[in-house]
This record gives sequence, C-alpha cells and structure tokens, in this order.
Amino acid sequence: MTAAPVSGVDSSVDALARTWSQTDPSSDLDLRLTDTCLRDGSHHKRHQFVPQEVRDIVGALDEAGIPVIEVTHGDGLGGSSFNYGFSATPEQELIKLAAETAKRARIAFLMLPGVGTKDDIRAAQDNGGQICRIATHCTEADTSGQHFGLARELSLETVGFLMMSHTQSPEVLAKQARIMVDAGCQCVYVVDSAGALVMEGVADRVSALVAEIGNEATIGFHGHENLGLGVANTVIAARAGATQIDGSVRRFGAGAGNTPLEAFIGVADKLGWKTGVDFLQIVDAAEDVVRPAMPEECTLNRMTLMMGYAGVYSSFLKHAGNAAERYDVSGAKILLEAGRRKLIGGQEDQLIDIALMLKAKADANA
Amino acid sequence: MSKKVTAAIVGPGNIGTDLLYKLLRSDTIEPRWMIGVDPASEGLKLASDRGVEASHEGVDWLLKQDELPDLIFEATSAYVHREYAPRYAEAGIRAIDLTPAAVGPAVIPPVNGEAHLDADNVNMITCGGQATIPMVHAVSRVTPVPYAEIVASVSSASAGPGTRANIDEFTRTTSAGVETIGGAERGKAIIILNPAEPPMIMRDTIFCGVSADADRDAISESVVRMARQVQEYVPGYRLLQDPQFDDASPATKGMTKVSIFVEVEGAGDYLPPYAGNLDIMTAAATRVGESIAKEILR
Repeated sequence: MTAAPVSGVDSSVDALARTWSQTDPSSDLDLRLTDTCLRDGSHHKRHQFVPQEVRDIVGALDEAGIPVIEVTHGDGLGGSSFNYGFSATPEQELIKLAAETAKRARIAFLMLPGVGTKDDIRAAQDNGGQICRIATHCTEADTSGQHFGLARELSLETVGFLMMSHTQSPEVLAKQARIMVDAGCQCVYVVDSAGALVMEGVADRVSALVAEIGNEATIGFHGHENLGLGVANTVIAARAGATQIDGSVRRFGAGAGNTPLEAFIGVADKLGWKTGVDFLQIVDAAEDVVRPAMPEECTLNRMTLMMGYAGVYSSFLKHAGNAAERYDVSGAKILLEAGRRKLIGGQEDQLIDIALMLKAKADANA
Repeated sequence: MSKKVTAAIVGPGNIGTDLLYKLLRSDTIEPRWMIGVDPASEGLKLASDRGVEASHEGVDWLLKQDELPDLIFEATSAYVHREYAPRYAEAGIRAIDLTPAAVGPAVIPPVNGEAHLDADNVNMITCGGQATIPMVHAVSRVTPVPYAEIVASVSSASAGPGTRANIDEFTRTTSAGVETIGGAERGKAIIILNPAEPPMIMRDTIFCGVSADADRDAISESVVRMARQVQEYVPGYRLLQDPQFDDASPATKGMTKVSIFVEVEGAGDYLPPYAGNLDIMTAAATRVGESIAKEILR
C-alpha cells in the first residue's frame, strides 16, 4: 500500500494506522485528498472566478489524479453578498461546469448553516455536486442537523467541518463531532481556520475524534499556512488517523493560504503514503494552470502572520484590508481587535465596525 | 384594576420564559397558562412559582380546559406552530406566533404594528428580523431598495434548541420579511451564533443597495428616527455608528451601499442583557399582543 517510488527519491514507509482504503474498499489510497483552491481560494480571488479558470483548474487537477475538488463561493453556498463579497459568476454555474469537466474527480461543495439553505444543497446536487460539506463553528454543530439529514436523504456523500478548531479542547471537539456523525455526517474535519494550531495541537484533536467516532465516520484535516505549518500539521494529522486531507494547490486559499497540496503530495510520496496523485503532474498544474488564475501568491506577511498568531479566521484578511484602506486605519490592528472580540467565521460585517472604532479613536487623539 | 385579556404561552424555553416576565407586567394581558411538554422544564417551574398555571401536557391539555385563553403566544418551533395553528383558530383563540412558521401576516411594530389587529394569527418573523427590518424600512421609505441584506450575530447561549434545529426557517422567514415588511425588492438574511464568553450582546448589520442619487442625509435622518421608534419598546436598541455610504463599484454590484450597525442590549428579564435577541422578540410580541388586547377589550 505504498506509492510507486519516484525516481531519484528515497521513499521510506511510514505506516499509517488508518487508511482511506479501509473505508472505501474499492480504493487503494492511503489518503484521499480534496483540493479546495476553487472554494477556499475564492476568498483570495475575492470571489471573482470566471468559467474558463474553473474549467482549466478542474481539468488539470483531475488529470493529475486529485480525487475530490471543492467548488463554491468561499463562504459556501449562498455566500455571494455584500457581507462576504459578490461572486463574479454564480457558484452554481461553476459547480455545473466543474462537474462537466471532471472525468474522475468528485465535485464537492461547501455550505454554512445560517448562510446557505437546504434549497442551495438541492441545486448544487442538480448541478453535479456529489459531496456536501457542511461547516459550523466548532461549538455549533447542532445547527447542521437538518442539512445532514437532507444530504443523506439525497444520497450525497457528507462531510462536516468544525471551523476554528484551535479555540476548543480535543474533548469539546470530539463531542461536537459526535453530534455531526449522529446527524448523518460521514467524515468530520478538524478545521484550522485561523492557521493557529501547532503540531501536537492537531494530533491531540484528531486523536480525540478518532477515539470518539471509531469507524462510524472518517476524520479529516483542513490546514492553513498562517504560521507556516500547513504541511507539517497535515503530516501529523495523517499519522493521528485523519484519512481525508484538504489543501490547495499553490496554497490558493484564505489568509496565507491552505496547505500547499503539491508539497504535501511530494511529502506523502517520500513517506510512502499513496495519494493517487502524480507529483510531477500536480507540480506542473500548480505552476502552469493554478498560478495564472491567482491575483497574487498567498504569502506570509504582517497581516497573515497576525491571523495565525492571534487566532483570527483566515477569510477576514481581504475584508480587514478593505476596511483599513477605506477608513485609513491599520489592518493589523483590525485583525488583533477581531481576535480580542472573539469574532468567528461569518462576522465580516464587524470588521467595518472595528475600523470605524479605530478611526474614531485616532480622530480623538489627533 | 382594568380588565385584561387572558393569554397562554406555549413553549417554556428561552423566548417563552422571557415573554412571561414581560406579560406579568402588562396592563392589558394576563398570562394565565404556561404550556410545555417536559416536566423538568425550568420555564414551567418559574411560571408556577409566579402563580401562573403550568402544564407539561402540551396544547392538548390546554384546549381541553373549560376556560380557554383569548390569546396564545407560540414560542415553540415553526413545525409545532404549523401543526397547531388551525386548532387555535378553530377554538377561536388569536395566535401571536414567535416562531418563524409564518402562518399569519408578519408584524414589525414600528412598521406595520397596527395593520393586522383583527387577524387570527400574526407572525413575529424572527429576532433578527425584528432587529433589522425596521432599518430596511427606514431606508426604503426614503428611496427604492432593490436589494437588502442583514447579518444577525447572537450569543450561542441565547439560541435554544428550536432555533438551532431550524436555522433554515430563520434565514428564509427573515429574508422574506426584509422584502414584504422591509420594502426591499430582494432580501437576504445571515445568522451567526457566536460562543464567546462572556456572551456577546446581539449585533446586527443592515446593508441596503440604493441608487447613486439617493438622498444620503434623508436616509441617515430616517435611520436615526427609526432607532428612536424601536427604543420605545426596546430601550437597549442602539445605532453603533452613523450610517455608512459606499459609492457604487463592481464590489457593490453597481449599487450604492448603505451600512447600518446596530447593537441590541436586552432588559435582562430572563436571560442576561446580552440576549437582546430574546428581548426584541418578546418586547415586540408584547407590544403587538397589547394592541390586539385593546382591540378585543374595546
């Protein structure tokens, strides 16, 4: 169950306690990868994907062997709004296009209860989406029951996202995972939305979910690069029992971006973990197809480091930048205040309020 | 003592219990029954402690009593209310529905509070709707609003199991209210449950798309005036900032964007003041109930 050796690379075998092939006997993969540059990258792209980009990226990722590709507005179905940014192309059109383009990959879509609705899930399935990923803040899993119920009724594959997992202990997360599994979730992800988890913090959380859920569902990990730990955290997650792994080619995601999937695939090759993705092909896709669709590289800088350091939701980056520019205040200070106020995913509107407060303070001192 | 109409509260959760405290102070409504289905309910115990007849045997028990209430305040869930609403109507009981069931016409006190005083059933939309739709109306009474969007953030502690299990009903009923009562051509609603400790006070943001030549001063004046109207029954309803105007751009889909930021601090009747979402819902329902009661007593 190891990857074919890549010429010039010594691959050792680092045995995994759990593999994807144990869950899906028709598969020989150790880990099942989901690329999310067409969803999480939507934040970085300010939701401006156009059909040709989606066609090209899905085509290249599918060709390289990525088994799951997520396509949605960054904030999930129904996310196109004043609050999160309007989509240049309706996401349902992009989902349809992705499903028509992919020859092997399954198309996943994200929805957040409170933003999208069951009708959006139905539409996404009609357009060819096969995996319904339902995301809640990691203490609010009980808002997802009706959506998991519907998704299972529709025979969609289901994934649950516990966002901002760094804010809660492994024990609390495990209980929230239990709520999702009981509602019909087939895989629960530890989601490091702020890129704030540091290795053992990932291992402890994944292990707690494995202990609670056993073989009733699989466990996944979704990382961000805000402290530069995406690949390391993901390796640790896999060793702790996560068999579904998220990343974005070229890091194309919110904040400093996601775990760079092509780098993780190279690492997996070296560790002898079979992902089914051709390393050379995915590296080419990253450089030749994905990079040209990115407005700029996802980088570690003052703003993105602040997010990992203060535990701030990665998608706040562009919105904090907009508010900082509009009101001539420090974007880094907006992010720090967002952390102090314990804002969670979805509260982008409050960043404007913070900017106005900072401006009033500056005016008072002037 | 002036004559009062009698009322039953169905659903002794967060909303029902908060409402009970307000109705106990009413000059026109006497809350005589508190109805639930769980004998261990804290709300039933609190009602009983205050001399209100409490039953955990549900609406079936209530409707078998010799004396029936004039009003029922429904604080269960949309599904439960849809099931029972016809039976209330059959028994001649007027219903004030605090769930997002939307069986009857929607009511927002400072917008159309006096419009449906003779209806069998009126709907209070949602807490987020009560907090934001007045502001959509404040803009739309000045200038056409092709699109409005509201974002309601409430503390996790204030969102009970009914809200959590039926969050789609919240978004659907609120966005419909943004259109029908708020006056926007198209409405959208977003709700966030934030678990921060200590719990956050309810916050709401209202975004309205308007035309480039809309009168900004008139919009701001209308918003401030509306805030005062809501403060008449929810004293903790506050504008956090002056309304903000962003010029039309591709990012605003070509609309001029009006942003209105509101905080709702509750009266602290049942849950502490952070739960302004409960307060604005129950205060609005009390106000509508009292208007209906005055009609009945007239």
